Amino acid sequence: MQYFKYFLAFMLSMFILIPLMMAVTISLNPSNTDILSNMGSWKSFIPQVFSFDNYRAVWSDPYHPFGLYLFNTFFITSISLTLSLMVNSCAAFSLAWGEGKYRKYILGAIISVLAIPGESLVLPQLLMVSKANLVDTYTVQILPGLANAFFIFLFYQFFSKIPKDLIDAARVDGFSLFQTYLKIALPLSKPVCVTVCILHFLGIWNSYLWPIMVTRGPEVRPLSVAMAAYFGSNQTQWGNVMAFAVCMAIPVIIFFLIIQRQFIASITGSSVKG
Amino acid sequence: MKSYKRFLPEVGMLLPAIILMVVFIFIPFFLSGYFSFTNERLMPRPIPTQWIGLRNYERILADSEFWMSVKNTLYFAIVVIPIQLSLSLASAILLNSKLKFIAVFRGITILPILTPITVIVVIWAAIFQTPDGLLNGIYQWLTGTYDYIDWLGDETIAMLSIVILSIWASFPFQMLIYLAGLQEIPKDRYEAAEIDGFNKWQQFRYITFPGLRNTNIFVVIITTIGALSLFTQVNILTGGGPNGSTTTIIQYMFSNGFSSQKIGYASAVSVIFFITVASLGLLQRRLMRNE
Repeated sequence: MQYFKYFLAFMLSMFILIPLMMAVTISLNPSNTDILSNMGSWKSFIPQVFSFDNYRAVWSDPYHPFGLYLFNTFFITSISLTLSLMVNSCAAFSLAWGEGKYRKYILGAIISVLAIPGESLVLPQLLMVSKANLVDTYTVQILPGLANAFFIFLFYQFFSKIPKDLIDAARVDGFSLFQTYLKIALPLSKPVCVTVCILHFLGIWNSYLWPIMVTRGPEVRPLSVAMAAYFGSNQTQWGNVMAFAVCMAIPVIIFFLIIQRQFIASITGSSVKG
Repeated sequence: MKSYKRFLPEVGMLLPAIILMVVFIFIPFFLSGYFSFTNERLMPRPIPTQWIGLRNYERILADSEFWMSVKNTLYFAIVVIPIQLSLSLASAILLNSKLKFIAVFRGITILPILTPITVIVVIWAAIFQTPDGLLNGIYQWLTGTYDYIDWLGDETIAMLSIVILSIWASFPFQMLIYLAGLQEIPKDRYEAAEIDGFNKWQQFRYITFPGLRNTNIFVVIITTIGALSLFTQVNILTGGGPNGSTTTIIQYMFSNGFSSQKIGYASAVSVIFFITVASLGLLQRRLMRNE
């Protein structure tokens, strides 16, 4: 039984690994004819040669500036994560510890937003941002996704569990609501912050529909869309395409494998409350 | 205490989020309802936008391409959901057992979650490569012939190829959620069952499966919503072709609203999409509350 489980776990791992190893293998092979003739066999996912020619080609392609795409993604992601943490946690704290009776209606409205799929909003959003001349900017890729009902909800759940004594003590010490949030609640909420960062990052990393509509040229285009565009214009150059894919995916994969424990906790923790 | 001023600080803290939500969620939400009754275009044109009543909806319902996209999306969902759920539950059970190197196996299995979807699509494009890709290599090895399948170019196969790739890309996510669900089932239930002489299958049938009730509802709903929103894979690999055989609802909305710039018409599609997804969400709440 135990051996059978090892066998299954091995098969599962191979099912996952073969496509990924294939990307690496093809990216290391400088000859396109070799790539094509190896493609149907085990040679397509076990490296035979180790050359970085394809990587050099990807990094020096004048029509697809990989460095710029990387910067765009990095810039959009870091600004988005920072602002999203601030905006959502601040609103959630106010909802949890403010005094107005209106708060429950706002909370209700925010929870009802969870039922709206993002895809059904993109067309009017597109019309609005083109009227506001925001197409092809960083702003248009950052602002629409900032306020997130689900993130507010996660922070709200956490903040409402903070003991009342702690909040009262801060008030007695002369802290305003905002100071209490900034100096006491926010530092306590580090686990939620990590979860929000991870989920928001995955959202940006996998977003495609919105960025293809609002980025027309390479200037502000993020990697996810650039990958598709690069594939579209180099369909037969498998070596280059895979080098692009590997350059894009590997740093993130390594980073998340290092923080694997928090990563898994974030994904699963976010679902239980669903 | 009559002054509303004491609410100012807390309202101020709420304001950034509220403004962003109003501008980017509530206004677009009502606009898409409004646009669906007009002939709004993406780019301004000389003739002003007009109220055209239900004409968009009538046209959509009379468009065979729309029904094709509904059929394709449903086909995708109906094939993907059972396979994806059983695969993710089975791997969660496997990876929940006490094996050596279990952390390594788990680490490998979550790799598709960490890989951006566009990269996954491109890798699978190589696997589907016709006639000399890996899948055709396996096919030829299995059949002992030099026949090949045109994975993305054959109308009857293309959607199935999208299914395979999509399962690979997303079952690890559901697996993680099942894994968390499994770990919440109290261990003593299994110990008691062992004493009562339950076999493995009975343990699964009477302890594991009922214990996963809420997890199941959640996973079924997110998988369904995910399947109905299928877009990226199709847009990159086939663009909806060949012959419309992989057009999905979102791809249909995208090509009408963005490529053909018919915002009004495509908004009506997005309203139909919203109603479908929101009713699924409501259903989920119902089911989970009836616990």
